[in-house]
Amino acid sequence: MADTKALYQEVILDHNRKPRNYGTLEHASHKAEGHNPLCGDHIKVALNLDGDHIDGIAFQGESCAICKASASMMTATVKGKSRRDAETLIREFRDMAIGKLDLTSQPHHLGRLTVFAGVRDLPTRVKCAILPWHTLHAALNSIASTSTEAEDDPMHAPIGNA
Amino acid sequence: MSNVAQALTPAPAKGGNGLLTVSGKLDVERIRAEFPILKLKVGGKPLVYLDNAASSQMPQPVIDRLVRYRTTQHSNIHRAVHYLSETATHEYEEARRKLQQFINAREEREVIFTSGTTDAINLVMHGYGRKFVGAGDEIILTTLEHHSNIVPWQMLCEEKGAKIRVVPINDAGELLIDEYESLFSERTKFVGVMHVSNALGTINPIKEMIKFARDREIPVLIDGAQAAPHMKLDVQDLDCDFYAFSGHKICGPTGIGILYGKAALLEKMQPFKGGGDMILSVTFEKTTYNTIPHKFEAGTPPIAAAIALGAAVEYLSAIGMEKIAAYELDLLNYATEQVNRIPGVRIIGTAEKKAAVLSFMVEGVHPHDVGTLLNQDGVAIRTGHHCAQPVMQRFKIPATSRASFAFYNTMAEVDALIAGVRSVQKVFS
Repeated sequence: MADTKALYQEVILDHNRKPRNYGTLEHASHKAEGHNPLCGDHIKVALNLDGDHIDGIAFQGESCAICKASASMMTATVKGKSRRDAETLIREFRDMAIGKLDLTSQPHHLGRLTVFAGVRDLPTRVKCAILPWHTLHAALNSIASTSTEAEDDPMHAPIGNA
Repeated sequence: MSNVAQALTPAPAKGGNGLLTVSGKLDVERIRAEFPILKLKVGGKPLVYLDNAASSQMPQPVIDRLVRYRTTQHSNIHRAVHYLSETATHEYEEARRKLQQFINAREEREVIFTSGTTDAINLVMHGYGRKFVGAGDEIILTTLEHHSNIVPWQMLCEEKGAKIRVVPINDAGELLIDEYESLFSERTKFVGVMHVSNALGTINPIKEMIKFARDREIPVLIDGAQAAPHMKLDVQDLDCDFYAFSGHKICGPTGIGILYGKAALLEKMQPFKGGGDMILSVTFEKTTYNTIPHKFEAGTPPIAAAIALGAAVEYLSAIGMEKIAAYELDLLNYATEQVNRIPGVRIIGTAEKKAAVLSFMVEGVHPHDVGTLLNQDGVAIRTGHHCAQPVMQRFKIPATSRASFAFYNTMAEVDALIAGVRSVQKVFS
């Protein structure tokens, strides 16, 4: 519980107030829209692949603070990274959020993104944190739109393994 | 009957030392003592349960009734000749009688046990809609409807080539009655309206809406899921053709609810589900259906839940639905006044007549963040679209935060909600 308040008060609120890479991206090579029909969160991720590297990335949308901060930190983290590294981060973030990744004993590359580890204790908010990553995964794989529910559900779909 | 319920039975000669105070109002502390779950602490804070529109809590007498049935009365109903089966059948039918009295239906057979409101509406769609609605026909619904009173009718329209017409609302969340009346035509075959909006709290003027439709011989279904917990019901006075509600929103168990239907209509309808108990005789050539209400209760019903629901309405009636309504209105008015005092908080749904449901938006904060942070203070509210997406679309918002009150909530709990909202604002400031 105490973790939740800490989660809100530190990094998340900063990124919610001043989201990084918020807006549109001209001449995006890849883009996707992600939707969480359960809560109405809706975000768009656009990126530019230069060869195998994410050259530019931006996001836009209506969402809660956890989703917006997750998207902001995601874009800041994956910018300049290879597609393969981005997919690894997508997988690791998802596993962390659902409690499958033990941050203390298992190797990972999440760095400051571990601030979101606390969402594992908030089952109804896990998908808020995952939505941007799920949408990035869709964009990288040229899937125009995705959802946190039904057959696209990141809890079941092979996110990050494509 | 519970001790509390007994204490509440009008007995002026004895002085009435039950839940009522001298002024005739509820003794909320004594009522709260009967709800074990209200003693719970959440994250070290006392639970402040303000999600009653989603599901209400169960008092000890209803819990006891479930246990008594399970420990001494259970068997299948309408079957065997042995003691337990006869006892279970008797108690199940007694529960039906209690529900009949609770809504003042003319006859017991007009009360059909369903799994809840959704099931009841689906029953009407299959039993009445599929038989009497055809291509080109129209069904009138309202913008306020819960998805459960939209989707079944869409399914019917898709199958039959019929069409849904929607009654709009104003900015306060009230139905536009002139528009409602102008939607009627010779193609109109059915009307479905919710009594109280689960998302906004609006109490709809259903009596006049029913009269308008009945004058044109159009049957009306009322979704009473949010009205049954908050007010005294009288289906004969309303003159509706169907009325549906769920048990778990009126201190009963989940998995049980009722559909009230006028006997003459129910008799004209086709069964919804086929199976045991809904037949009089079966051969492979022909089945003769049972009479109502059994025609619509195929298979073994949730007997324990039905009996507990009977105990729940008995409990509520002993307290008095009018007193519950009056107290809840005090709670709502106090909460509305307090919320209106917080700068940056806007109430969604400002109808003149409202039940104890308060939807609001905190400027700059998504409802889900409001809900998560209030949970830190032990305050349980609902955030989201409340299964009423057309209402959210009407107000151009993705979701709201919703506090919904029951008769066991207190003014101090309203204060806890207000303090919680202020602290959310502080976190986001």
